[in-house]
Amino acid sequence: MELIVQGIIKAFELIISFDPEVLGITWLSLKISGTATLISLFIGVSIGTAVALTNFYGKRLVISLINTGMGLPPVVVGLFVTILIWRNGPLGFLEILYTPSAMIIAQAIIATPIVMGISLAAIQNLPPNLRLQILSLGASRLQMVWVLIKEARLPLLAAVMAGFGGVISEVGASIMVGGNIKGYSRVLTTATVMETGKGNFDIAIALGIILLLLAFLVNLILTQIQQRQHPR
Amino acid sequence: MNSKNLIKIENIILQRGGATVLDIPEFQVPHGRILALIGPNGAGKSTLLLMLAGLLKPWQGKMYFQGEHIESRADLAMLRRNAAVVFQEPLLLNSSVYENVALGLKFRRLKNGEIRKSVQSALDYFGISQLAKRSAKTLSGGEAKRVSLARAFAIKPQIILLDEAFNSLDPPSRETIIDDLKEILEETKITAVLASHDREETLRLAQDVSVMNAGKIVQSGTTVEIFNQPDSEFVANFVGTESILEGIVNSTTDGHMVIAVNGKSIEAVGDYSVGQKVYCCLRPENVTVSNYTRGKISARNIYEAKVSKIIRQGFFYKLTLDCGFPLVAYITIPSCEDLGIAKGGAVIASFKATAVHVIRREK
Amino acid sequence: MKMFRNSKIIITLMIASLLFAFGTANVFAGKAAPKQKNIILATTTSTQDTGLLDVLIPLFEKETGYFVKTIAVGSGQAMAMGQKGEADVLLVHSPDAENKFIADGFGVNRQLVMHNDFVIVGPAVDPAKIKGTKSSAEALKLIANANVLFVSRGDNSGTHAKEKTLWKKADVTPVGQKWYQETGSGMGQTLNVAAEKKGYTLTDRGTYLSLKKNLGLDILVEGDSALLNIYHVIEVNVNKWPKVNVAGAKAFADFMVSKNTQKIIITFGVDKYGSPLFFPDAGKNVEDLGK
Repeated sequence: MELIVQGIIKAFELIISFDPEVLGITWLSLKISGTATLISLFIGVSIGTAVALTNFYGKRLVISLINTGMGLPPVVVGLFVTILIWRNGPLGFLEILYTPSAMIIAQAIIATPIVMGISLAAIQNLPPNLRLQILSLGASRLQMVWVLIKEARLPLLAAVMAGFGGVISEVGASIMVGGNIKGYSRVLTTATVMETGKGNFDIAIALGIILLLLAFLVNLILTQIQQRQHPR
Repeated sequence: MNSKNLIKIENIILQRGGATVLDIPEFQVPHGRILALIGPNGAGKSTLLLMLAGLLKPWQGKMYFQGEHIESRADLAMLRRNAAVVFQEPLLLNSSVYENVALGLKFRRLKNGEIRKSVQSALDYFGISQLAKRSAKTLSGGEAKRVSLARAFAIKPQIILLDEAFNSLDPPSRETIIDDLKEILEETKITAVLASHDREETLRLAQDVSVMNAGKIVQSGTTVEIFNQPDSEFVANFVGTESILEGIVNSTTDGHMVIAVNGKSIEAVGDYSVGQKVYCCLRPENVTVSNYTRGKISARNIYEAKVSKIIRQGFFYKLTLDCGFPLVAYITIPSCEDLGIAKGGAVIASFKATAVHVIRREK
Repeated sequence: MKMFRNSKIIITLMIASLLFAFGTANVFAGKAAPKQKNIILATTTSTQDTGLLDVLIPLFEKETGYFVKTIAVGSGQAMAMGQKGEADVLLVHSPDAENKFIADGFGVNRQLVMHNDFVIVGPAVDPAKIKGTKSSAEALKLIANANVLFVSRGDNSGTHAKEKTLWKKADVTPVGQKWYQETGSGMGQTLNVAAEKKGYTLTDRGTYLSLKKNLGLDILVEGDSALLNIYHVIEVNVNKWPKVNVAGAKAFADFMVSKNTQKIIITFGVDKYGSPLFFPDAGKNVEDLGK
């Protein structure tokens, strides 16, 4: 218990003093996970919506695959990405192992199925005749899809928050493909693991608290957008 | 191509999942009139409606809109832009009433000023301008239905299609909305097709009726024709057995009306104003036949009639009488024999004023 | 059309931030670039955890313009990376494994850099009574006989390898015994477990010193020459793996044994702990180490 109090005090100190290393780590966490979430947003929402709105042979199978992808173990993703991009891997020529870009890629792979699966369900949950109604008012296919996405704004934003939550907190893939390099690919989660391994529990707890604060702030903003009701 | 028809289809066959959903050799939607598609569930009414709206993909057969053959996807899109559909559910978006009504206009990328004008007039038509800023999710059933109607009208379509649009409304809302819609359709002369399985709705709104069954059209004609002269047992069972008589209210006192029908007068209860065009609906069970010529009975409507047809129907006889207007009566077999009723014979037909169901025909 | 306009703004912002983040994610403090700029240094957690590399690496980078990716894993994993050609240069402290690594042809130019020593630490009450024992193997035997908890790293690190040689010397097989627990984690974590459970463990002096304040463990055995912890720098053999950054690896190795660096090593930690954490040995013979 005392340790937690120490941790809280430490977190306070680090934040107030604008400790540059901590600021750097925090900003990098936000950049990497934010970028990965944005990527997953584009890919996930578009494919999820497309699958929801089209009928094709094998649709159920595809949906099962997407839903399974939501539970991809991050550490396994990290392992596979590492093998792909290390020097002797097929993508080794890109030389992106142990870079923030690799972390973005791994996190995007983790987040995309989550966003995709929830978007799929969100669009499927709209009234079935809504699509026809919008088309009958003269919408082009693209306009129709846009209106449907806006109508499903609530669950779609939940999807984005789920994706972001999944990657801002993940550590296995980030350590493996990022290397936890000081000032370069070290983020809040990987730094927490390192400090714990070193035995610096107060710093580890402090970093954990900062991570929670960061996640809370981001989700606060997203929730505002999600819950914005039209004026009465 | 006949220019009095807005839409004409020929030899349409539509299959879905191995079953034939539509099989229509010929069908027209005339300009500026209100047509009802009636029939049991699964008859294909909604499917035909969606096809007329340009929402169903290519099929076998030909369809013409304003004389143009509808072939390619671009043609379908053009048809969609000229048609507006109102479904059973209001299907409003989670935004303000104004935004909802403006939706179709926004798709057409019109200027804000134009949009505002069209939206305003659509809202006025349906009497809901005061709801413009309200959130669509907070409306009552009737209000929401008016919004979806206003939304359809705002884009000034050539044809408006209503798919069981009034099913989910409570009776009072239903009545006012149908009245208002009828008035607006008459004023704007927009062609309308509605799918319905409610007879009163059909009577009140439609001028023409096509009866559908299992994907085929089994009878088409004016409303009165279909209701009074069904040409098959199926249609007869569907439209019911009431006699439908067209009349005009001559006088009204204290809830008691006198209606002129074909030169004769029918007394009924109700509260319509003088000059109102109405339908008088009367069930054959409520018509009594006798050979009394004098004396008082409580029935207000008594006529001399000639028997033009006698048909045995199961356990009774169905009599078609001519009183100056056509009337149908059901009489039991014993009564028929007792009274010695025969074709061509003269009888007295009577029915109570309270048995006459009066429906407004046009404003 | 307000509806579409707002959405367009949001989308543009999102795409812009995406490009910005992706673009800047890979920017490191730009230096003059040698041809193959990146060096992958596989090293042990002790060099990272003590903070020595945090001092040395920036100096090296500034001097040479290379960008060093320090991957701190155990010596075992570091050498595995070298074997796969996924590292350019190693800084490790596991002599037997290193010898095999060189013998198998994966590494070249193994150079002595520095040493420190291991110590055996434990609770002040010292239930196995090992305090002051001259021979570390002897002390381990006492612990085994007393059935007192011993916490091992169990992760094939240099420390773990040293520990295993000592057990062999003591003729004891600890694995599987009830008093022997393996954490599979780094030194700091392992020390904390030992402190928590009031057990003994083998640790490098540097890590112990940096954590001493909060631990509650005392140094009980030290000074035995068998407890010497010797660090070498090894360049990965480019003949086995053509993609290895040969120039970079050599530059780093040269840097580690250079006079300047060696001077920095001996001053590292003095103001904080009163004595250096590492003793520079470049150029010496291994047999001459220790006092």
